Amino acid sequence: MPGHDATAELVDRVREATARRAPLRIVGGDTKRFLGRDVQGDRLEVAAHCGIVSYDPAELVITARAGTPLSEVMSELAARGQRLPFEPPSFGAAATVGGTVACGLSGPARASAGPLRDYLLGVRVLTGDGKVLRFGGEVMKNVAGYDVARTMAGAFGTLGVLLEVSLKVLPAPPATRTIALELDAVEALVRLEQLAATALPLTASCWTGGTLSLRFEGTARTLDEVESRVGGWVVEDADGFWRSVREHEHPFFRDRLPLWRLHVPAASPLAPAATDTLIEWNGLQRWCVGGSQPLFDSAAVGGNATLFRADAPVEGVFARPAPALLRLHARLKEIFDPAGVLNPGRMYAEI
Amino acid sequence: MTPDPALVRELRESLGPAAVLTSAESRVAFECDALTAHRQIPDLVVLPSSTADVQAVLRVATRHGVPVVARGAGTGLSGGALPVEGGLLLVLSKLDRILEVDPRRRIARVQPGVTNLAISEAARPHGLFYAPDPSSQVACTIGGNVAENSGGVHCLKYGLTVHNLLAVTLATSDGELVTVGSPTGEEPGLSLLPLFTGSEGLLGVAVEVTVRLVPTPERIELLMAAFDDVARCADAVGRVIASGILPAGLEMMDSLALRAAEAFARCGYPQDAAALLLCELDGLNHDVEHQLRATATLLEECGATSVRVAADAAERARLWSGRKSAFPAVGRLAPDYYCMDGTIPRRHLAAVLERIDAMSKQAGLRVANVFHAGDGNLHPLILFDAGHEEELHRAERLGADILELCVEVGGTVTGEHGVGVEKLGPMCTQFGADELEVFHAIKRAFDPPGRLNPGKAVPTLARCADYGALRVHDGKLPFAHLPRF
Repeated sequence: MPGHDATAELVDRVREATARRAPLRIVGGDTKRFLGRDVQGDRLEVAAHCGIVSYDPAELVITARAGTPLSEVMSELAARGQRLPFEPPSFGAAATVGGTVACGLSGPARASAGPLRDYLLGVRVLTGDGKVLRFGGEVMKNVAGYDVARTMAGAFGTLGVLLEVSLKVLPAPPATRTIALELDAVEALVRLEQLAATALPLTASCWTGGTLSLRFEGTARTLDEVESRVGGWVVEDADGFWRSVREHEHPFFRDRLPLWRLHVPAASPLAPAATDTLIEWNGLQRWCVGGSQPLFDSAAVGGNATLFRADAPVEGVFARPAPALLRLHARLKEIFDPAGVLNPGRMYAEI
Repeated sequence: MTPDPALVRELRESLGPAAVLTSAESRVAFECDALTAHRQIPDLVVLPSSTADVQAVLRVATRHGVPVVARGAGTGLSGGALPVEGGLLLVLSKLDRILEVDPRRRIARVQPGVTNLAISEAARPHGLFYAPDPSSQVACTIGGNVAENSGGVHCLKYGLTVHNLLAVTLATSDGELVTVGSPTGEEPGLSLLPLFTGSEGLLGVAVEVTVRLVPTPERIELLMAAFDDVARCADAVGRVIASGILPAGLEMMDSLALRAAEAFARCGYPQDAAALLLCELDGLNHDVEHQLRATATLLEECGATSVRVAADAAERARLWSGRKSAFPAVGRLAPDYYCMDGTIPRRHLAAVLERIDAMSKQAGLRVANVFHAGDGNLHPLILFDAGHEEELHRAERLGADILELCVEVGGTVTGEHGVGVEKLGPMCTQFGADELEVFHAIKRAFDPPGRLNPGKAVPTLARCADYGALRVHDGKLPFAHLPRF
């Protein structure tokens, strides 16, 4: 398959940066720079290291170099009736599969399919001291050695430059249907809780502005049955709707800063102040705008908040793990990037 | 080795006298897990009843510089719970309380000694279950499942232990409590939950586990397809998956395994088949109906000599009983058997089975194959007589050859049983020195003094040098740059 293997150049760049102790800002498509703390450093471009390395639909696995455009991976899969189950957002046409894994973001299907890291089977990664290491592999079940590969998901490049990722893929469903219901936020959360407890094939949900949208997947007959059981009306251009939610093109997100992302346990109540919100993942992911109230709201129910998009650079973007955990973060950073040159500070000042 | 009396006294003061076993009769019961080829009577057995007890034991062990091996039910197949000489065995079976089942949040919060099946039983009244189902699920504990990242028959669709955990509270080697993961399913910071899951008791001791529960499917169907050729059966596996159907389980047995299972369980398997495929489909009524037809047609196209759909739940249970008792059933064919656990890309199934057959003939040892075909996880069972030392060595050599074959085709030496003490050698085939050094560094990051389950799961580089010297292939010496000892 076409593409380009730039491993040697990348190894040289990282070795040289480590020798000079000069920080690097790892860049794939540069579509998600807004997320995380600002990194001061020379750009390390990964996009030229690209191409799908292997894809056999019968294996349900795709392996691609990190710089491969996410859109290329998705269209290759779609051509064979398969997809990335976690429906990642791209936040721009230039997004790469490596950047997607590094940021660890999942889209609307997260509620039913699980997070990105569940689908990361293996990685090739370039460490700060210039070693190319391979963890995990291309098989579904693998308990040899610690699961370093999954730890790279959402590590924002702080533990290494991803060179190659192997992702589990799944068949796309025979049909999909999106149903909308008119409900207020409190009613919507109750409804979502009820639906999630059934075996109905609910794969995505979104509440905002008085409307609860529900996506179901299965055979046409199943979807007919779902429609009669759930009620509401069928949404036209449902794909466009879910894309707008996933990519933050939906009017809720337009010019709304600062934007907070809340992760809360299932069945958490709606915070009293959170009237202007967009709720996804059957209630587990909630978006709100402004202030610091979201921080307190999420903490009160055992969740955590991320300042997803800010209007100015800030010190704290991600919720801080407990001190003992943060010490482990620092020790892991020391293993993979002893000179601290890979995206230093992108997540926390400590790593 | 007799334990230090001061150590015993401190443990008894902290936990009470009954929680510390020192007599030879009581200790011998813990000399091995389900990998019985390796035995070591523990010097000291400690049975904590609470998280605070676990912390206290770890603190005492730290003070005395004593290694600690955690053990659940001892059903592990790789020697992960094998006692270490000079150490203490931390048996977690008394931490067996289900702390919470919350049907609204669809979670269960449990202590590590709760059995896998007990979680599903507690969830059943709410129409929920805990998905990973290792064949030892009646006995094995969730703490052990976390340590091994256990799989099971249904993980093709529902995932492994790591996919069904939300959070684990662990005690580090110095007795400090740390929680990895989050009840939200999205932990802030680095993903340490997957790093801890499957770490075989080397990074910490799980003291509380929060699992995800899933709704019981509306309909379940089981198909049994017989083939007169192993390769055709293996190819059918790939065809089913590629067709867009994701079965809840897809299991294969070769003729030696299926005949042994039939003799053992009287489950109704066709005796003349060269290979048998069990395919379970679950979900909503109409979806299952659609998949059932499509799968049956596909299996016939793939050359199945017969395709049968279990008539009811009783027949389904009977057909599964053969598969679930296949290990003990095969075990009756010879004095001993050695269970391998490699995983390979599915496309190589037919070729690998053929190679294993040839290797089995060359070694003069019978091999029965019963495995999770859907996810390419092989369980070749090598039959031998450990009474003949030469035959034991021959079986171990054949096992190592099979695992190397798995790595050669792009697979792994262990899919779900763990490395333990058993696969330390084959680990050297799968990983290079740099990766192994990272594993050792991760161990030090979590457990600086190396107190927890030392010597397991990750081979030392010296060991790999020795292993490589024994297994030179095509003149290429693995770990050639390392000094030989």
